[in-house]
Amino acid sequence: MKKTLRYTTVSLAGAVALTFAASAQAVELNVVSWGGAYTASQLKAYHQPYMEANPGVTLNSLDYSGGLAEVRAQSEAGNVTWDLVDVVVADAIRGCDEGLFMEIDHDAMLAAAPDGSPASKDFLEGTLSDCFIPQIIYSTAFAYRTDAFKGDQPKTMADVFNLEKFPGKRTLQRAPINNLEWALIADGVDASEVYDVLDTPEGVQRAFDKLDTIKDEVIWWTEGAVPAQLLADGEVVFGTGYNGRLFSAIEEEKQPLAIIWDGQVLDIDGWAIPSGGQNKDEVLKFVKYATDTQRLADQAKYISYGPARNSSLPLVGKHAELGIDMGPHMPTKYADQGFLTDFQWWADNRDELNERFEAWLQQ
Amino acid sequence: MAEATLEQSDVMRTADGTPLKVSIARAMRRNKLMALALIAPLFLFILFSFLIPIVDMSFRSIDNSVIPEVLPRTVAALEDWDGQDLPPEEAFAALAADMKAGRESREIGKVATRLNYEMSGMRGTVMGSARRIAKVEEGPYKEALIDANKDWGDLATWQLLKRVSSPYTLGYYLNAVDLRYDTQGNIEAQPDFRQIYVDLFLRTFWMSILITGLTILLGYPIAHLLATLPLRYSNLLMILVLLPFWTSLLVRTTAWIVMLQSEGVLNDMLVWIGVISDDARPQLVYNKIGTIVAMTHILLPFMVLPLYSVMKTIPPSYMRAARSLGANQVTAFVKVYIPQTLSGIGAGSILVFILAIGYYITPALVGGTTGTLISNQIAYHMQQSLNWGLAAALGVILLGTVIALYFIYNRLVGIDKMKLG
Repeated sequence: MKKTLRYTTVSLAGAVALTFAASAQAVELNVVSWGGAYTASQLKAYHQPYMEANPGVTLNSLDYSGGLAEVRAQSEAGNVTWDLVDVVVADAIRGCDEGLFMEIDHDAMLAAAPDGSPASKDFLEGTLSDCFIPQIIYSTAFAYRTDAFKGDQPKTMADVFNLEKFPGKRTLQRAPINNLEWALIADGVDASEVYDVLDTPEGVQRAFDKLDTIKDEVIWWTEGAVPAQLLADGEVVFGTGYNGRLFSAIEEEKQPLAIIWDGQVLDIDGWAIPSGGQNKDEVLKFVKYATDTQRLADQAKYISYGPARNSSLPLVGKHAELGIDMGPHMPTKYADQGFLTDFQWWADNRDELNERFEAWLQQ
Repeated sequence: MAEATLEQSDVMRTADGTPLKVSIARAMRRNKLMALALIAPLFLFILFSFLIPIVDMSFRSIDNSVIPEVLPRTVAALEDWDGQDLPPEEAFAALAADMKAGRESREIGKVATRLNYEMSGMRGTVMGSARRIAKVEEGPYKEALIDANKDWGDLATWQLLKRVSSPYTLGYYLNAVDLRYDTQGNIEAQPDFRQIYVDLFLRTFWMSILITGLTILLGYPIAHLLATLPLRYSNLLMILVLLPFWTSLLVRTTAWIVMLQSEGVLNDMLVWIGVISDDARPQLVYNKIGTIVAMTHILLPFMVLPLYSVMKTIPPSYMRAARSLGANQVTAFVKVYIPQTLSGIGAGSILVFILAIGYYITPALVGGTTGTLISNQIAYHMQQSLNWGLAAALGVILLGTVIALYFIYNRLVGIDKMKLG
């Protein structure tokens, strides 16, 4: 009896000690991303290998639908539970301005390229900003139904705006961003000068005038899944969409669609670390791993978004399930036909142009 | 002395000698406490999850504390400025000092965002100048700031700063009704190309009224049928009415897209019958029609159920009595039956109307340009633009209008006559 008791005490003490030891080591990080195929690609390329290499770290993957409402609410409540958030660059800048995100010293906090060049040189030019760690380059481009037109197929942005030669409905995102740029390009403005023209009241008017020419033939989408659906149903002959979604419509679902790379708008998606979180050091360790050259290249095996590092580009291989060579599906391959969105300009002008765009829609 | 004795003997007492009043109050207090304890969880829940957040959110619609907090020196320096010419060097020096401090504390971005709501481009002006002025060690700051960004040499920029220096602002409310301050601080209309909110409010109201009317038209016969059919048929019908309730909102909305789109089921059928030609398919979704059809369908059960519960209680003998007194079918129905169902119509209408006025996801999916409502703009400002002040102002206006309508309804119909079941 006495012996049993002693054993129990010993094993209890041992269990308690073990629990303490484990809780000292185990870290749980809440990593928030967009969900769906995109999060799946991150899990395979970053989360799973990292957790295998670091048994003490558990990465909880949470989904959100974008925007900074939750981050701001957590910050104002003084209870930041999200350790790492996947954001578009426009939101990263907005959140950085408001002090919602931690400032990043890219060279000190991120991995260097295999050849030793520092992170600030290795990430694609113009993609870094104060609180933002780039991850992928995605693009918004037009796709068209290959069975819609006999003879000449549309190739340029001017063709998209040409209702006589290519009649039929189009679907565009219900937002001024990208649409104004495209209208100017279709109107003959060079992609490199788009933002200079947009910076003048006459330029904005010119863009709206050009959009007026196709307004009656446009269905405006707000949810990202809609354009691919409208194209698949034959509701529209042209549609804008994120290249990753268009890729899966074409290659996985075998829809009769083709992408017009001309005038594609490149945009950046990446990580931002909410300030005030409890696990700063652990998060930085994970981010350093998840944005190194090999990991970014790995992600392209699962989704057709381009890695944000120059050194990752040559390492992009084949799609893990479809076996397609992913190189030709990277938007970065056609970078010279498109342009990088000017997120600083949009941060300054988005509110006013959004109101103007909505008012224009109602006219 | 004699009076006192008289008074004492007047008071009724319980067996142990305490006055009856006290004893009853004690017993009642225990009951009251019990009752309070029972409702306490719900009360606290509503207080913390509903009332406090709503009051907090409403407060944001007038809150402007960020400017006086982050730019205290500038606000003080501008207090005596008359606004006629560019302010003196002290104001520039104060702004430079505030910017340096704001950059240190990472608060300057909030100022930049706040000013950008009032004047597009101010975000870039403030952020850029703050970055450049951090390197300037000594004055004169006037030249340094104007050199950092020429906007600081513009009188309008300083007039804006002076206007927003108070801790409270009406700016969000003005914005929410398509007005704004001009550079002199007078209220004027937004330029035509930026006016959206008033039209959206009006559209939200008339579409909600229309949808309420349609649910009455469609729901009344169904409810009547439900109330008069034999039980085994009415049960089946009731399941058909309730079935949509058990289906996800998104599925129902998407189903309407499949039905109504121009390559959709309805248009295909019309073309096949020959009513319309193949190249003249009408646009039935991504516009007002889509929103009205989908929302009428989704909100129909909220009309049918209160109507049904009221009709169920009307004895069929009333109609027979009216008929036997000489009224024809129509007169009996209009003069005897409908008045008795008014409480159900009232309850259903108020339910459907209030739900419709705040509807968000269905209009976003099927509304296109002409079928989206004010709630879509509120969601945009909550989630995308992060302009919570404007979202709060729009929300308060919507809430205020609903409360006003509720009081009008109460005055006209009487809320006590409403029957939900």
